[in-house]
Amino acid sequence: MTDQIPPNSYRTLPDERGHFGEFGGRYVAETLMPLILDLDREYRAAKADPAFKAEFDDLLEHYVGRPSPLYYAERLTEEIRSRAPKGKGAQIWFKRDELNHTGAHKINNCIGQILLAKRMGKTRIIAETGAGQHGVATATVAARFGLPCVIYMGARDIERQQPNVFRMKLLGAEVVPVSSGAKTLKDAMNEGLRDWVANVHDTFYIIGTAAGPHPYPELVRDFQSVIGTEARAQMLARINRLPDLLVAAIGGGSNAIGLFHPFLDDPDVAMLGVEAAGEGLDKRHAASLAGGDPGVLHGNKTYLLQDEDGQIAEAHSISAGLDYPGIGPEHAWLKESGRVDYSSVTDTEALNAFQLLCRTEGIIPALEPSHAIAAVTKRAVEMDSDQIILANLCGRGDKDIFTVAEALGVEI
Amino acid sequence: MKRLSAKFDHCRADDRAALVAFITGGDPTPADTGAILDALVEGGADIIELGMPFTDPMADGPSIQEANLRSLGSGTTTADLFAIARDFRARHPAVPLVLMGYANPMIRRGPGWFAEQCVEAGVDGVICVDIPTEEDEALGPSLRELGVATIRLATPTTDEARLPAVLEGASGFLYYVSVAGITGKQQAAQDSIEAAVTRLKAQTDLPVAVGFGVRTPEQAADIARVADGVVVGSAIVELVGEHGSNAPGPVRDYVRTLADAISTARTAKG
Repeated sequence: MTDQIPPNSYRTLPDERGHFGEFGGRYVAETLMPLILDLDREYRAAKADPAFKAEFDDLLEHYVGRPSPLYYAERLTEEIRSRAPKGKGAQIWFKRDELNHTGAHKINNCIGQILLAKRMGKTRIIAETGAGQHGVATATVAARFGLPCVIYMGARDIERQQPNVFRMKLLGAEVVPVSSGAKTLKDAMNEGLRDWVANVHDTFYIIGTAAGPHPYPELVRDFQSVIGTEARAQMLARINRLPDLLVAAIGGGSNAIGLFHPFLDDPDVAMLGVEAAGEGLDKRHAASLAGGDPGVLHGNKTYLLQDEDGQIAEAHSISAGLDYPGIGPEHAWLKESGRVDYSSVTDTEALNAFQLLCRTEGIIPALEPSHAIAAVTKRAVEMDSDQIILANLCGRGDKDIFTVAEALGVEI
Repeated sequence: MKRLSAKFDHCRADDRAALVAFITGGDPTPADTGAILDALVEGGADIIELGMPFTDPMADGPSIQEANLRSLGSGTTTADLFAIARDFRARHPAVPLVLMGYANPMIRRGPGWFAEQCVEAGVDGVICVDIPTEEDEALGPSLRELGVATIRLATPTTDEARLPAVLEGASGFLYYVSVAGITGKQQAAQDSIEAAVTRLKAQTDLPVAVGFGVRTPEQAADIARVADGVVVGSAIVELVGEHGSNAPGPVRDYVRTLADAISTARTAKG
């Protein structure tokens, strides 16, 4: 970031120990600790190295296809206005990160991390994946850089995300099913950590979201901040003003923090993070901020779905990418600080929004941003028609069509 | 904590290493754990490590993962675990008992609450896998304030420069994890263990116990020649997995083979 950091900035964290207020930190086994410190040193050096940034930017432009477009969703805006009182119905804009190579925002982070791996001389890549988008993005960069790659994926997620499993295999990755626990993302992350602890000498763990031990939440945020940095410049160039409200879906929260972070010190820009309410907040869901308490899991302190003894609860969402019982620590802090609002959207609301976007804009969104779109439709009707909402369309829905078909009772 | 130092002193006087035996609390049910703990003591274990079950045991291999699931599956709570500890303390006033587990169940009701429960239940020390020295304040100060040992882990990746930080605030004993990996997999080479223990002992007066991957009496004896303590976990937990409620007999017999090997290890060699 080259722009000025004002006093009382929301963009100065984490501190040196990786804490965002009481959240974040480095809660890892001693075996990993020296490696985490190593990664931190290497990341500081990379951040200060113009050659690192140049290579990152070059790959984002020519390999990923950035900048991604900023798009005014005219027909969706009209549709919302037709339901809104007179003078209401904000303009809806999308940051089109679903148009990236591999179809989601995940690749931004993977490019950054594989460059770090290369810099550190690591020769083997591992990752966890939920929906498979991060697994595909990791397998993609591993192929691009010629490194062997192992992806841990919950057995249940493998069932519901077959197309992505096949993609990863085509890209040369080994996909290892994880059958412990709920067989979803958190269990895949446990297995990733187990692999890493046994292979610290040669292995780089590409964590897919802005969570895990410091410096991961920071570096993932920094790599994903390209989303917000571009969007901010594009907004100013197109209409010479900033949006009134940013909206993004949150599982671990990497696309949301990537969109929000460059705007945090713009006091007139409100922000809304949207968690997955699953079957409803009183039933099975994945909304850690709405229904969880602070605790420690996977290397960081953050809001977690857990019982009174600190046992981690199983999350549920129709979207495999949001199906995680925790959230990135910076979001936990942004909630406590009051800078960002957080709400949640159910499976059903997300499915409706998914179909709405298909019909009004000719865009098939992933189920993850469908949660953001559902929240946008709710907020837009309450806002004035000269106000602007910018939502991150963080992934495309090709991978989800089987899940959606099943939910709608359609046989393909 | 006094029980820990008294035990290590006692073993040193006998010229032998201490046998540290691990099981997961509440495995297969909370009602079974008391008899299994008694079997460990009867078999000759010097120090008991009672595992606190957790849904996400990131540092554990399949054997202890399954034990965690069996325990939680039978409904083990934190209150059950402290009840198990309290009952053990009543039956075995002098045998050191330490809790081993993960941060979240330990800090859920606050570190002060947890430390008080430890004292009240007669727990001598705590090993927390995912609170490295960098995050010590999450639990360490509360334990030390009440005289509960904060037992730290050192590993093959803990280098010379880092070791003083690991030892800062450490008490009870130092647990040397002999392989970079998860529990129950492979054992490290004897000469690397010997070198590591020498390195650690040069920087601390705390007793050094060595664990991870120790299965056979021969392995235990080899470690007993160079370290102050030998930790055995997965192999015992596997017996509990195999025999369930009938585990005390096989566990006692197995632990006795380890204890016998350890008791003669130094004299047999010398």
